[in-house]
Amino acid sequence: MRPITPFLWTLFGAGGTIAALLFPVHLVLSGLAFPLGALEAPSYDFLYGLVRHPVTRLYLLVVITLPLFHWAHRFRYTLYDVLQLKHLYRLIAVLCYSAALLGSAVAAYTVWHIP
Amino acid sequence: MPPSVTLAVTRYRPEQESEPSLQTYEVPFRKDWVVLDALNYIKDNLDGSLSFRWSCRMGVCGSCGMMVNGSPKLTCAAFLSDDLPGPIRVEPLQYFPIIRDLVVDMGDFMHKLKKVKPWIIRKEEKPLAEGEYLQTPDQLEMYKQFSMCINCMLCYAACPIYGLEPGFIGPAAIALAQRYNLDSRDEAARERLEILSEHDGMWQCTFVGECTKVCPKSVDPAGAIQQLKLVGAVDWFKFLLPWGTK
Amino acid sequence: MSPGTQYTPYHPKWYRHRVSVWWWLQNRSYVYFVLRELTSVFVGLWALLLLWQLRALVQGPEAYAHFLAQMRRPFFVALNGVGLLFILFHTITWFNLAPKAMVVRVGGKRVPDWTIAGLNYIAWVLLSVAVAAVLLRG
Repeated sequence: MRPITPFLWTLFGAGGTIAALLFPVHLVLSGLAFPLGALEAPSYDFLYGLVRHPVTRLYLLVVITLPLFHWAHRFRYTLYDVLQLKHLYRLIAVLCYSAALLGSAVAAYTVWHIP
Repeated sequence: MPPSVTLAVTRYRPEQESEPSLQTYEVPFRKDWVVLDALNYIKDNLDGSLSFRWSCRMGVCGSCGMMVNGSPKLTCAAFLSDDLPGPIRVEPLQYFPIIRDLVVDMGDFMHKLKKVKPWIIRKEEKPLAEGEYLQTPDQLEMYKQFSMCINCMLCYAACPIYGLEPGFIGPAAIALAQRYNLDSRDEAARERLEILSEHDGMWQCTFVGECTKVCPKSVDPAGAIQQLKLVGAVDWFKFLLPWGTK
Repeated sequence: MSPGTQYTPYHPKWYRHRVSVWWWLQNRSYVYFVLRELTSVFVGLWALLLLWQLRALVQGPEAYAHFLAQMRRPFFVALNGVGLLFILFHTITWFNLAPKAMVVRVGGKRVPDWTIAGLNYIAWVLLSVAVAAVLLRG
């Protein structure tokens, strides 16, 4: 079986790029400015209408799943190197990617079933 | 300018002790002296039993690499004046087994260099009668930076991944592989990529980047590794192509 | 070396230091590296918060209002504030390191690193403005 590492690294790279480009603006707006009232938050109806659009659904799916795999790959190596948990090599790998898969599955399900 | 400076140097004599310790020496300070000059002063005048490697004393042979105040440096290029007021700690290169005093074992490093097949490999050798391989300056430019490595091992001393996982093939070996992969005369890039994709190969690297920082020849091994990761990643997806891999 | 000799990779008298679990505190570069790697935790957390926001949105106005109320709580304000710092750190280190992997050659000459990084920054600004424009329209 050919090693899967290059594929996982690609996910890490794609997720990192998505996060780098898009997370700052989303965090500033949805995480701080809108809840704290610094900027006028979009209305529920507007957001809901936006989210129903297939392009938005795809966007949200990408923007949630790829960064999760970025975290999984990077965190896995952080545990190996910083905490020196190399003896738990397989377990850590399985836990990290499973967590990312779980998050991605929930995201995919949610995006698919928007009434 | 002080008249003298203190050096704290690692001593390890396996025949009489089980652990290394630091021994201090008072060495005259000269503003043009480097750590290697101080070590040679110690050996010539204070303590002839001190063991260390050096050769060209001008930064091209790669023999005199040691830790100076915790940083991997060529001692022939590390000025005493940079680390005043002292004491200046001189220790053997990090992450390598210590044979004696400041001398470390290089066997693992040499083994790893050989592993990447650092020579021109052709599918079919050109017969002598056809003459030499021609290479344009632009083709030379593609790999020249990676060919400047003097095998000083500072990058391995800087790489925490090598420290944590001694099986890791390491920065210099990977940069050397890239030097040949990018050489227009070579035809074995795929072979080297496979070697580097093994378990302790280039994918262990997490781009700490310290190797590039300490390299005295600006080889940029970290850059070579990331370039190869991208090549490896693109290559991995080639099975999706209907016409297969090259 | 004569053909009969073999290199022995281990010798009992060679001294090997154990790498301390605090190796990364040894110098500034290593600390910087670990902080950079820890940004992935906040990237993962924000991805989950986006998922939470999406699910709340899909479940109805009350669920969404509840989400917003949660984001106003000091815990989440602090988390998002710290998260923003780490995610900005991720963005900056990511764009500055991207040229190392992406070597682009135009007409035989390598495009300088600052150009590749600069293009990434420009894309970041353009995309951020686009997203903000969409969200602020409602």
